[in-house]
Amino acid sequence: MPALIDLDSIQKVYRTGGSEVHAVRSVTLSIQPGEFVAFMGSSGSGKSTMMNILGCLDRPTGGHYLLDGEDVSTLDRDERALVRNRKLGFVFQGFNLLPRATALENVEMPMLYGHRRTRRADGLARALEALTQVGLGDRWDHRPNQLSGGQQQRVAIARALVNRPALLLADEPTGNLDSRTSLEIMAIFQALNAQGHTIVMVTHEPDIAAFTSRQIHMKDGRVVHDAPVERPLDATAELRALQGDVAMAAHAR
Amino acid sequence: MQPLAIIRAAASSLVRHKLRSLLTTLGVIIGVAAVIALVAVGNGAQAKVASDIASLGQNLLLVFAGNRRSAGGVSSGLGGAPLTLDDAKAIQREVIGVTGLSPEVRTSGQAVANGQNWSTSVIGVSGDYLAIRQWTLSGGVMFTPAEERAVAKLGVIGSKLAAQLFGANVDPVGQTVRIKNIPFLIIGTLTSKGANLGGQDQDDVLLIPYTSAMRRLTGDTTLRTVDVQVASDDQMNAAQEQIESLLRQRHRLRKDQTNDFNILNQAELAQTAGNITKVLTLLLGAIASVSLVVGGIGIMNIMLVSVTERTREIGIRLAIGAQGRDVLWQFLLEAVLLSCLGGVIGIGIGVGGARLVTVVSGFQTFVSSSAVAFAFGFSAAIGIFFGFYPARKAARLDPIDALRYE
Repeated sequence: MPALIDLDSIQKVYRTGGSEVHAVRSVTLSIQPGEFVAFMGSSGSGKSTMMNILGCLDRPTGGHYLLDGEDVSTLDRDERALVRNRKLGFVFQGFNLLPRATALENVEMPMLYGHRRTRRADGLARALEALTQVGLGDRWDHRPNQLSGGQQQRVAIARALVNRPALLLADEPTGNLDSRTSLEIMAIFQALNAQGHTIVMVTHEPDIAAFTSRQIHMKDGRVVHDAPVERPLDATAELRALQGDVAMAAHAR
Repeated sequence: MQPLAIIRAAASSLVRHKLRSLLTTLGVIIGVAAVIALVAVGNGAQAKVASDIASLGQNLLLVFAGNRRSAGGVSSGLGGAPLTLDDAKAIQREVIGVTGLSPEVRTSGQAVANGQNWSTSVIGVSGDYLAIRQWTLSGGVMFTPAEERAVAKLGVIGSKLAAQLFGANVDPVGQTVRIKNIPFLIIGTLTSKGANLGGQDQDDVLLIPYTSAMRRLTGDTTLRTVDVQVASDDQMNAAQEQIESLLRQRHRLRKDQTNDFNILNQAELAQTAGNITKVLTLLLGAIASVSLVVGGIGIMNIMLVSVTERTREIGIRLAIGAQGRDVLWQFLLEAVLLSCLGGVIGIGIGVGGARLVTVVSGFQTFVSSSAVAFAFGFSAAIGIFFGFYPARKAARLDPIDALRYE
């Protein structure tokens, strides 16, 4: 099976004033379809820059990036926008929903871009389907401020899924959530991964990375550790255990 | 992005900020309303001046004694050779196309009748005068040429003067009005004509035979003014030239001497006045257009604020696959919708304002469809022009920076 992501000596150099900053120095790796990968590292390690390059938001200054067999490292602004629209789905730390649009309108948005001719009714049906998939089918008409953080992140996941992307990119998806809600989100990611979705996530929390199947550690722009996780944790089981603890504590009282 | 989706996105953001949208577009509303209302007033003035000039009479040439356009701008109107009754008769006899002629002998005096006393103007004219001046009688008859020759003590009375002397209930016909102690028998009443261009009330008047005016009231033997009516519009210039050469000949003027009389061509007058009022209307429209431009700047200002404020939204849209032109169109359309909305509301207010002017002051206004089309088209163009820069700014944002923007 060909790799979904194939990075060949990717570099990213920022020029600020007279000095050069090497955010990413020659990263070569590949990610197969169906993997659930965590990029880890402290701030300044280059993992966010990697995320921007993987997400076609930014262009590497050196090397080649094959996404789904297509070299996307040389595409211009609008071509990258098209790739983002068709092949990628984003989940951000800060949810990044349009505050004044309903959940359904937020999820519908990716279908409005990218030269596709979908009838609005079909688009809305698909958006509703994606919302149902993340368990929010009954909240479609709520605005972000009427939803909890976990629910907002689930809307964001539905939005990332609605165009059936080849790759789901998550940038610190649990960074703004409490541990319980984080588990719920990770359970959703694991479920999606089990259905065959390829997921690449950036996080600095080892607890969260423990739910993935492969961890890539970065430091000073280089990959320092890249290994599959021996026994990934099961977020659904953890969640159930947490609920059990709460129930037992309540019982003991 | 599909056009319909862009329109929806642009419109929904306007609807969400109703008050701001309204305030932003206020400049355009005022601009459009001002253009339409002021041009309507200008058109009204144009029509009023044209109708006033037309009410002077149809195809009218006014011959004045003395040259009012003498060199150096010094009026020698009171000097020079006067017009004589023979001059008038010669014009009537010799000039081709003359259908009516009336001397005008103006004087003023106290009119006494029915125990009332009223200062009025008395004009000595011929029987042709009414036809020349497009005037009609509301009752009674006009004096005849025979009565003119007889220097008869007769007159027809203007509606204002009649009302002052006899009140509304008495028929003036058959009554006597004394001017300088000379009794004039009223044989007709004039229809109301209103004020003339100079604001003078034309109904406060007594028309008597010019012979009577000259011999009984003023004692003059010469004329200051002769009204000449020409059969048709296209004979006006020819008639004017004939009168000129006839009078030069009669007054024995040499080639190097200027005219000692002056001919006012009503068609020329109408054209000149029409041109002046047209320029005035254009000027009003141009001044009002300035406020449209100011309104456009207001739109640009708010759109720039809006782009900054919605940087994150733009970042989200770019991240999920919006291309530069999608964002450009969204913001451009927002600006155009704003200005067009302002255009529509402005048209309503402008038309309403023009009506209001008519209702309040009685001054006729005419809303021209070309002014409406211009104002609306201009406001749409302003939306495009002033909306483009903010929209391009939005479209050129970097998605990574925009997403990070707080």
